[in-house]
Amino acid sequence: MLSRVANCLYWMSRYIERAENIARIVDVNLQLLLDLRNLNDERLAEHWMPIVLSTGDEKAFLELHIKATGQAVTEFLVFQPENSNSIVSSIGQARENARMVRDQISLEFWEELNRIYLFARSPEARKVWRRGPSDFFQQIKAASLHLSGISYATMLRNEGWWFSQAGKFLERADKTSRILDVRYQSLPERGLPKSISQTEALGWSAILRSCSAWDAYKSIHGADVHPRHVAEFLLFNEDFSRSTRFCVSELNSALRRISGVPSGRFCNEAEKLAGRLEAELQFSTVEEIFDQGLHCYLDQFQTKLNAIGSAAFDAYIFQDFGPEAGEMMIQQEEQQQQQGADS
Amino acid sequence: MFESLGADEFADKRHSIDLAFLRQGITFNVYGDSQGTERIFPFDLVPRVIPAKEWEFLERGLVQRITALNLFLRDIYHEQKIVKDGVIPAFYILSAKHFRRECVNFNVPKDIYIHICGTDLIRGDDGAYMVLEDNGRCPSGVSYVLENRRAMKRSFPAMFESIGVRPVDDYPQELLKMLQYIAPPGVPDPTVVLLTPGVYNSAYFEHTYLARQMGIEIVEGRDLVVADARVFMRTTKGLQPVHVIYRRIEDDFLDPTVFRRDSMLGVPGLVNAYRAGHVSLANSIGTGIADDKVMYYFVPRMIKYYLGQEPLIPNVPTYLASEEADKKYILENLPKLVVKAANESGGYGMLMGPQASSKDIEIFRQRIEADPRNYIAQPMISLSRHPTHVEGAAFEGRHIDLRPYIICGEKTTVAPGGLTRVALRPGSLVVNSSQGGGSKDTWVLYGDE
Repeated sequence: MLSRVANCLYWMSRYIERAENIARIVDVNLQLLLDLRNLNDERLAEHWMPIVLSTGDEKAFLELHIKATGQAVTEFLVFQPENSNSIVSSIGQARENARMVRDQISLEFWEELNRIYLFARSPEARKVWRRGPSDFFQQIKAASLHLSGISYATMLRNEGWWFSQAGKFLERADKTSRILDVRYQSLPERGLPKSISQTEALGWSAILRSCSAWDAYKSIHGADVHPRHVAEFLLFNEDFSRSTRFCVSELNSALRRISGVPSGRFCNEAEKLAGRLEAELQFSTVEEIFDQGLHCYLDQFQTKLNAIGSAAFDAYIFQDFGPEAGEMMIQQEEQQQQQGADS
Repeated sequence: MFESLGADEFADKRHSIDLAFLRQGITFNVYGDSQGTERIFPFDLVPRVIPAKEWEFLERGLVQRITALNLFLRDIYHEQKIVKDGVIPAFYILSAKHFRRECVNFNVPKDIYIHICGTDLIRGDDGAYMVLEDNGRCPSGVSYVLENRRAMKRSFPAMFESIGVRPVDDYPQELLKMLQYIAPPGVPDPTVVLLTPGVYNSAYFEHTYLARQMGIEIVEGRDLVVADARVFMRTTKGLQPVHVIYRRIEDDFLDPTVFRRDSMLGVPGLVNAYRAGHVSLANSIGTGIADDKVMYYFVPRMIKYYLGQEPLIPNVPTYLASEEADKKYILENLPKLVVKAANESGGYGMLMGPQASSKDIEIFRQRIEADPRNYIAQPMISLSRHPTHVEGAAFEGRHIDLRPYIICGEKTTVAPGGLTRVALRPGSLVVNSSQGGGSKDTWVLYGDE
């Protein structure tokens, strides 16, 4: 498979997953606000700023907005074209990557991706948003899940498939860890909190709902929401498809399907790191993590994921096919357009 | 045959096809639009019908023409007998913008220069077909032929059964067969790729479409590397050899070490690998000279010279501005003529005399006098009209042309029908997609009814 194609499939899936996860985060937090009382500007900022931080784009945010109001944060995360990770931008990039590998994906997949792309950019999207953000997020989530289903049902399980799986689960692991990190300021730096207030409990259940984990969590831990159980569930649950352990395990096996090397061995840096991280998640306890500090642990976890991503890039892609420096890009675009203007 | 269809039902079908095209991304990019807008190529549901006899005649005429063009290209890149025998003045060859000196005395695989040709045909007032231009470089549009047919079959399945329409869907197989046929000798299972300029090209949809239909890789210049005069593609498993390239990039951009040095789309060293015979290209380098509108003028003479036959499909009467008598006529009759630059396409660099302002006419007068070699003129041909569904009204006549696609491999085949383009603006004669044109499905019948 062409390296460029593998790269596009990987990023296509990552961006779709990213759009879905941002929709989840913002949706749940908007709903959460309905449960809170005595909201003033300061408390609102306290609520919203961690969410911006969780996407890792606080710098870009502060360049565009002065204060973390609900309006500013949602605009930034949902529509803002200047934010390359906003929902609308992510869908656009997923679609741009898909367009470059149109011959590798099924017609049904392309049609659905194209449909949600056209919707996200249409005035209709704003209209739906104004009528009720939840409906809007519902559409984004449904499209992503729909795409996931279509790909399972229509795509060849070839090398490209495993690259797109690798991208999807790497992104999901990263986002789950970031969602889990949203309430870290209410936790002690190290160790478990003694008791949590009702407001905080609401915050932790919002985290679960962000990950579609509420029902699954309840079936194991009952309705009692405690950071310890929430973290354990989202980090280590073996069977929940959005837990970091599950995601890293899928990522690891996708990498092995690409190379053909069985688990327990490795032939490149990416496999080594992914195998190691999976083992770490299998053989850790939540107490150890809280002793170290949850935030600190998640931070390191994200760094490890990034290392796996760039090692995979070095192993399979070799050269950067991402956006080139502005001028070169424009020149290339112009030249592409000059070709065969005969129709 | 559309009478049984109510106006509402007709509009419904049309709407659903437009929507399907948009959703499937069967679109072209509009240049000069920073939003990167993609538009669908407007599709008219009323098909153009060509009876079997008429098609057989066209087929023979097109095969005759492309055979002569390939002989001509082989000749001018070798002995240049046609020049020595005084059929075409040497001046015209030497001054042709797309004559590639790099290719002189190079033997292209199987002596085929133009492998894929998209000849534009029009019909005049008397209904007789004429060739408007040959398009022997990278003709586009065939994906619309295939997609239009699919859309029509979905919307009007019953009609196909009762009428008897020749299928078009084996085009990708024919194309692949040809590409495999021209592979370098000694390669039993050649790797064929399609080289695209990239996603911003207006025909990008078509490139991916054809690659998918043929089951081959679609590559960009940056996916290929040349080492030891051999071409490889960069894959996740390292470098893989490439033997045949269906390139949709023009000569100028193909190899920055030989042609335009600023090309960011090409592959450094590709021409070297091509000359070494390790990779084949379709179409060959240097076919652009056959698209020169001055060379077009000589095609009927080529047919007589190489084949000893009378041309079956004539040219549109053409005047060469670099011939004194013709130039005088052109300059005296500008408001009546269509003037074309010799090496432009897509409806650019053109003057439509009868519709032009006196200012535009003056501009062209000056251009012709400054550089007569670069201009030709033709009488304004009123393209034949065809019933077309019009928003608000029922059906009206609109001007159409026809671009059949010819594949030249082990044998020469013409896909039945081709792309019928239609000028959707009332009275307009410009059918180019970039300028308000649309398309129709083209039905070649098994019979003559």
